[in-house]
Amino acid sequence: MRRTSLLLMQGAVAVVIIAFWQIASTTDLIGDPNNISFFFSTPLAVAAQIWMWFATGTIWHHLGITLWESVLAFVIGSVAAVGIGFWFARKPRLAAVFDPYVKAANALPRVVLAPIFTLWFGLGIWSKVALGVTLVFFIVFFNVYQGVKEVNTTILANARMLGMNDRQLLRHVYWPSALSWMFSSLHVSVGFAVVGAVVGEYLGAAGGLGYLIQQAEGVFDVAGVFAGMVVLAAFVLLIDWIVTLAERRLLVWRPEFSKSGR
Amino acid sequence: MTKTVAAASGAGFREAPAGSEPAVELDGVTIEFALAGGSVFQAVARADLNVGKQEFVAIIGPTGCGKSTLLNAAAGLITPASGSVRVLGGPLDGLNRHAGYLFQQDALLPWKTALDNVAIGLEVAGVPSREAKERARAWLARVGLAAFGDRYPHMLSGGQKKRVALAQVLIRDPRIILMDEPFGPLDAQTRLIMGDLLLKLWSADRKAVMFVTHDLEEALGLADRVVVMSAGPSARIIGDFPIPLSRPRDISEIRLDGSFQELHRDIWHMLKKEVLKAYGEIAQETAS
Ligand SMILES: Nc1ncnc2c1ncn2[C@@H]1O[C@H](COP(=O)(O)OP(=O)(O)O)[C@@H](O)[C@H]1O
Ligand SMILES: [Mg+2]
Repeated sequence: MRRTSLLLMQGAVAVVIIAFWQIASTTDLIGDPNNISFFFSTPLAVAAQIWMWFATGTIWHHLGITLWESVLAFVIGSVAAVGIGFWFARKPRLAAVFDPYVKAANALPRVVLAPIFTLWFGLGIWSKVALGVTLVFFIVFFNVYQGVKEVNTTILANARMLGMNDRQLLRHVYWPSALSWMFSSLHVSVGFAVVGAVVGEYLGAAGGLGYLIQQAEGVFDVAGVFAGMVVLAAFVLLIDWIVTLAERRLLVWRPEFSKSGR
Repeated sequence: MTKTVAAASGAGFREAPAGSEPAVELDGVTIEFALAGGSVFQAVARADLNVGKQEFVAIIGPTGCGKSTLLNAAAGLITPASGSVRVLGGPLDGLNRHAGYLFQQDALLPWKTALDNVAIGLEVAGVPSREAKERARAWLARVGLAAFGDRYPHMLSGGQKKRVALAQVLIRDPRIILMDEPFGPLDAQTRLIMGDLLLKLWSADRKAVMFVTHDLEEALGLADRVVVMSAGPSARIIGDFPIPLSRPRDISEIRLDGSFQELHRDIWHMLKKEVLKAYGEIAQETAS
């Protein structure tokens, strides 16, 4: 009951926005419709464009590229971050030496790296993957680092009293703790993987959703730009939903993810 | 950050003949913490305590006096600044491998189910996983949680968590059991039930027990001996009372016993002064 009424209300928001958009861009209630539709296009034109993409099937190619880049960026960034985060957390001196460099690298706006990556990795997918990795890496790295550092001392003492050696502590205590911190930032890191891919495509590519939007912008095809954004938003929502499913499976032991709690 | 001050001397002790020595011998144990700013806080001063191999000793004292600290020294989690800790006749070096420790705070692994939490102590000792799980299931049944094996700790009540923790410790069959206010956060009825359960499990196969509590009635109901600690800092052991009540005991009924009440009066007489002292110090601290 509550779920359906929530869905209805969420749908109503979209209907209101689209209705307002339609009215503003086709009638002179708000202003000159020619002017407004030039800058904002019209819902029908955008829908027609999306329909075209799916009917002809051209969109799948671009979606596939963006998805593949995002997945690669997420996996490579996460694996590297878990490894290095673990290593640093267990070696405080090493972490102290690298601390200013990690902070400096993280403070750098990633967009400035995009041209360099294009130079290094070419116009193909790898320059976009690299951009995504630089975004994903730091989120996961800081979380894993924190997770290993802040293992509850009583749990640790208990594990040691239960007879665990260093290797077993790593496997049964540090590792699950670090992973749970990593998973708690899953939405953000997956989102950043997509951002890296799309921004990279936008700045120079031969395919992908970012490329599609950039192409439309280049010819002032406002309907194309909006259609690209709508498809991108749907794509991100879908991925976010998959992440939520994964999270519920992986973090059943956490109070906030147990089924009875919802 | 605080750090325990390392032991000053490593005087060698000769091994006593096996079988005769107590399970735990604390001899002049002094424990200090280095505080931020370089000062040293002496928590426990020259504590002497022997715990026999089949003896249930309760340690009681005002809050903050150093009970957990003393237990941590027996567990090998902290090293005394001076004095010696001997376990089953040998000097303790590093962690106490003969001890199981039931902590005051929740210490179950939150990412493992109740069953896996109980089995883990066997698994890390090299018992094949299937056998470990089988034995863990039997232990869960023994503490009355047969149906709760696949729950995660957050899905259990406070009393159920303590039962899992108890099974987790006992499944390893430690020769010394250290318990730090294990039933502290539980409600009165649950404490009685847990106390009875503990006595039932313990009397089946007597182990040396050091049981820390701030509840005198609980101490009297469970223990063979009650040891009283003074208020800190530099807490000492100031009283040692044998409890000659017959076993097996029913904790709720034994309270009505005449000798129980007599012992209660004697020990409370001593404990009350220390509690008031500790309270006075707390009052002073809040006033200044
Ligand atoms: N790591 C530490 N650093 C400094 N002081 C400590 C530390 N642990 C305990 N203490 C102090 O030692 C005293 C005894 O603590 P504790 O053994 O926990 O008392 P309790 O009898 O309540 O278990 C307290 O005054 C406490 O503040
Ligand atoms: Mg304590």
